Amino acid sequence: MKILVAVKRVLDANVKVRVKADGSGMELANAKMAMNPFCEIAVEQAVRMKEAGQAEEIIAVSMGPEACQEQLRTALALGCDRGILVTADGEIAPLQVAKMLRELVEREGAGLVILGKQSIDSDNNQVGQMLAALAGMGQGTFACGAELADGRILVTREIDGGEQTVSLELPAVVTTDLRLNEPRYASLPNIMKAKRKPVEQLTPVDLNVEMDSNLKTLRVSPPAERAAGIVVQSVEELVGKLRNEARVI
Amino acid sequence: MSILVVAEHDNRELKPATLNAVTCAMEIASYLENPAIHLLVAGHDCAAVANAGAAIAGMGKVIQTDAAFLAQQLPENMAPLLRELAGDYSHILAPASTTGKNFMPRLAALLDVAQISDVSAVESADTFVRPIYAGNALATVQSSDQVKVITVRSTAFDTAETDSDRVPITSFEFCLEQDLSRFVSENLSVSERPELTSASVVISGGRGMQNGENFMMLEKIADKLNAAVGASRAAVDAGFVPNDMQVGQTGKIVAPDLYIAVGISGAIQHLAGMKDSKVIVAINKDAEAPIFQVADFGLVADLFKALPELEQAL
Ligand SMILES: Cc1cc2nc3c(=O)[nH]c(=O)nc-3n(C[C@H](O)[C@H](O)[C@H](O)COP(=O)(O)OP(=O)(O)OC[C@H]3O[C@@H](n4cnc5c(N)ncnc54)[C@H](O)[C@@H]3O)c2cc1C
Ligand SMILES: Nc1ncnc2c1ncn2[C@@H]1O[C@H](COP(=O)(O)O)[C@@H](O)[C@H]1O
Repeated sequence: MKILVAVKRVLDANVKVRVKADGSGMELANAKMAMNPFCEIAVEQAVRMKEAGQAEEIIAVSMGPEACQEQLRTALALGCDRGILVTADGEIAPLQVAKMLRELVEREGAGLVILGKQSIDSDNNQVGQMLAALAGMGQGTFACGAELADGRILVTREIDGGEQTVSLELPAVVTTDLRLNEPRYASLPNIMKAKRKPVEQLTPVDLNVEMDSNLKTLRVSPPAERAAGIVVQSVEELVGKLRNEARVI
Repeated sequence: MSILVVAEHDNRELKPATLNAVTCAMEIASYLENPAIHLLVAGHDCAAVANAGAAIAGMGKVIQTDAAFLAQQLPENMAPLLRELAGDYSHILAPASTTGKNFMPRLAALLDVAQISDVSAVESADTFVRPIYAGNALATVQSSDQVKVITVRSTAFDTAETDSDRVPITSFEFCLEQDLSRFVSENLSVSERPELTSASVVISGGRGMQNGENFMMLEKIADKLNAAVGASRAAVDAGFVPNDMQVGQTGKIVAPDLYIAVGISGAIQHLAGMKDSKVIVAINKDAEAPIFQVADFGLVADLFKALPELEQAL
């Protein structure tokens, strides 16, 4: 079985960003970029399945600027076998990402597609579900467990009330939640080896995908600031304030 | 044009998040000519939910689709059902719960339209505001799609009223056979407490709690305040408490009247889930912890000393 893993290049989770003064987007110039944390978990899941003899090949796909090479190299250093970079400028809408992935899933004959549940920049939480719809596959979103069994995959999902397990026909789409696994770090020899692994470059045109989205971002603005609070000296003072001033208890 | 709201429920009860989505629908409706709002209750043996939905003020009608294969509202079943209904609507809304987030993007892809996630404000019938970058920014987005598929951030909208005038319930038959996905099992937390996302008081613990047993200290206070108990990711990852208690960018979004953060540092990803609370209290022994920057009332103290005192004082 071939596994396709989608990895997105995003602002590093530890960096605090500001909105650009003209409201056109975020101040990202020179900011530290990284692989979306949920995609790291997706890569780890694929690598573990290959190590367990359940997959022969892992293909990492990233879409965005040329610089996505970095995240693809990271994925290769972590154990993916080859990469596909689809170069495109600007923010790519989830439906467009899903359409390109669908095309690649078909080309490669992937038996399983693993994605992050959510990009930590656009916070969309959509691509996996959309891809599953377009490819006519079942979807196991927000996964904290994934096990192949009898030609299907059992996915345990983190849901609002607890956990749910579903059984999906293969090929299927899985999106990862935080507790599916703990991603490993790439070792130096593997980072060196990754440099020689192949990365194919494509464009949206090669995949017959129209990049225009019907959803336009008009502007980006900073959220309302909270007014500064006060420091209380004791529990007694705290309870007094909550009772008599804030009146919330 | 009409707006369809998809009810959040467990076949027995209508969940309050539905009422927030209805308010969002009403705001959109105020920009439309002759708007009507319909509620879809899709599930199995869910008549009680349809009845509850029929009492929501401002509703035009309730559509009930009752079938065994819809019992868990799996997206492989919900999305085709909604696609069947979509032709009559300009907007389809669902709460941004783990259920809504699961089937709404699937529906959008079937309709070949964008999906708008976590809408927190309505500017017009086609322009909406949504948080991005863990709430560090708000994006105003405009959709030219014929059908706008939207998930609603519950905490950003008031709950719709219910009244005694009931609207009609019509049934919509829908059959589907698919083996892409099968429900296997569910392991739901049972709690006597109010639900995290709708409680008016929430008390959450972080890594500072040290272990699961110590969460008892929060439970005792929660008992007195009729509060829900939440947690940071660090507390969940460390196995202190189950993951459905996680508050934050990738957990639950809460905005109670009172949020008490105990032993939580206040990472941006945690703040994303609670900074719209009306009053925030932080108890942390580190005066430099970022949580104090959003707290209305900060107490710099050892939680093991402060929590028993707090319990006594309530
Ligand atoms: C992709 C991604 C998604 C994430 N999503 C979320 C999310 O949804 N929710 C979330 O919460 N986090 C999330 N995080 C994690 C987040 O970045 C922080 O790591 C996490 O919130 C830290 O949890 P904490 O505050 O409990 O732990 P810490 O940061 O370790 O803080 C513990 C605090 O307890 C205090 N303390 C310790 N002992 C005592 C004591 N005896 N008395 C009083 N105070 C004490 C310390 O001073 C410290 O401030 C995410 C991270 C990533 C990368
Ligand atoms: N530009 C991209 N390139 C590769 N994968 C992506 C891209 N955008 C989204 N994805 C995948 O889709 C997941 C969910 O993203 P989203 O729906 O944007 O929140 C991510 O974790 C990635 O696995």
